Amino acid sequence: MASRTSGQLNGPLLTATGVRRRFGATTVLTGVDLRIAPGEVVALLGGSGSGKSTLLRVLAGLDDEATGEITLRGRAAVVFQEHRLLPWKRVADNVALGLSGPDMAERVARALAEVGLAERHRAWPAELSGGQAQRVAVARALVREPDLLLLDEPFGALDALTRLRMQGLLRRLRAEHGFAALLVTHDVEEALLLADRLLVLEAGVIAEELPVDLGPTRSPDDPAFGALRRRLLDRLGVPAL
Amino acid sequence: MTRATAVRPAPVTAPATAAGTPGRPGRRLAWRRSTTPLLLVLGWELAARSGLLAAEKLPAPSTVLATGWRLTRDGTLLTHLLDSLTRAGVGLLIGGGLAVLLGALAGLLRIGDDLVDPPVQMARMLPHLGLVPLLIIWVGIGESLKISLVALGAFFPLYFNTYAGIRDIDERLVEAARTCGLGALARLRHVVLPGALPALFLGLRLAIGAAWLSLVVGEQVNAQTGIGFLMMEAREFSQTDVVVLGLLVYALLGLLSDVAIRIVERRTLTWRRGLRAS
Ligand SMILES: Nc1ncnc2c1ncn2[C@@H]1O[C@H](COP(=O)(O)OP(=O)(O)OP(=O)(O)O)[C@@H](O)[C@H]1O
Ligand SMILES: [Mg+2]
Repeated sequence: MASRTSGQLNGPLLTATGVRRRFGATTVLTGVDLRIAPGEVVALLGGSGSGKSTLLRVLAGLDDEATGEITLRGRAAVVFQEHRLLPWKRVADNVALGLSGPDMAERVARALAEVGLAERHRAWPAELSGGQAQRVAVARALVREPDLLLLDEPFGALDALTRLRMQGLLRRLRAEHGFAALLVTHDVEEALLLADRLLVLEAGVIAEELPVDLGPTRSPDDPAFGALRRRLLDRLGVPAL
Repeated sequence: MTRATAVRPAPVTAPATAAGTPGRPGRRLAWRRSTTPLLLVLGWELAARSGLLAAEKLPAPSTVLATGWRLTRDGTLLTHLLDSLTRAGVGLLIGGGLAVLLGALAGLLRIGDDLVDPPVQMARMLPHLGLVPLLIIWVGIGESLKISLVALGAFFPLYFNTYAGIRDIDERLVEAARTCGLGALARLRHVVLPGALPALFLGLRLAIGAAWLSLVVGEQVNAQTGIGFLMMEAREFSQTDVVVLGLLVYALLGLLSDVAIRIVERRTLTWRRGLRAS
């Protein structure tokens, strides 16, 4: 298992070195090195089956069979592609899962208010739309006051309009709370809109690293945005139309 | 993932209340659905009164009810009923408890699966009611025979549904619970138990059905008390009305226990209503 330390030093929030993971004969991660600074949003891109989800699970401490070294200074929380809410718990109880303390109810209410679902706290997950359920999942992660948010294609299953709204929500929450995030995504525009830095996972390693110097207000109409987008698509092997 | 799976078909030809009630007809049709049963009872009554049915073959429903009333008033029925209920309860508790325990062991742990499941799979092939002669040799013809039979009958449906209920739980939910900081015990409580509950209820209903059936058979072997004894004794004296009454009581017991479980189930599994609505 990857050795995990919770260091107290200054410097990067998350440091992963030499992360390896194999499934039987195939090695999916052959030695991933990765650093995330406090408050930094890093997007992780890569072809389907390149091992993005695998890496995220390792970083979240969910994979007992990976090797390598991972140091995390602080708390991490995860949002998956599917909401993964427990169907037998009401929305508020889902958000409160694993929490304790006297101010718990208040914290849960605040987290739900932040994703705009304060009045749905008594609903069952099955009564929510896909976007609402995903917002609850975001609230469930937020309420833990994470230093690092691990997001595995969190908006991949949503329609385009809802996805845009969710991206806006994530940007606002990030500005408010200042958490760092690792965002796994298929969507190059989403990566460019949200991230400070892009990583491309390929052949089991981080094959490319790309800073995004687009400033806080970004728009796909910006020529710099377009140039970066084109460059990234080239890198990912998507030909220009 | 939460779909309850009947791994083993109900050993009893389940009454109309069994799982998967085919499309409930609207209230409008309720009267139509009760027409034939009412006519049948009426026909039975008339046939018995007119002497078309010999009283010693099949007494009139009114006679059966009168007998029921008589036996209730002198306390006979209650005494025997309590004895039967005790047997069913004790057997259910032993067999059901063991089933849930072993089913959870096999469902949760790899080693449990390897050690527990194969013998249970083999044993399920034995029709447990066919074990009566062997059980008589092992535990005699006393109370232990009845309780063993009930326990055996209740064991299998509950074991298989516990096992399947746990196995059907979405691994991804367990993983999400882990990211929320839940330890193994907390995951058991917040994810595994509620996730397996629908299957557990289904298992319980099938187990209770099997328990009644086992009781009926068990109580016909040298019982000194119980509804079955009442019926066997009545048969010796050709009191057909008491025999029919016993059958009626058995049927009512099955019906009542099923309704009770359904009510508890509906109260406990409120979250599934939302699921169905969506
Ligand atoms: N539990 C598993 N057992 C065997 N192989 C697995 C397992 N999980 C993942 N893999 C393999 O590892 C590789 C990487 O999978 P992973 O889910 O990490 O890809 P991904 O980059 O997230 O893809 P996508 O973008 O489609 O989500 C795939 O080839 C997959 O088949
Ligand atoms: Mg993936």
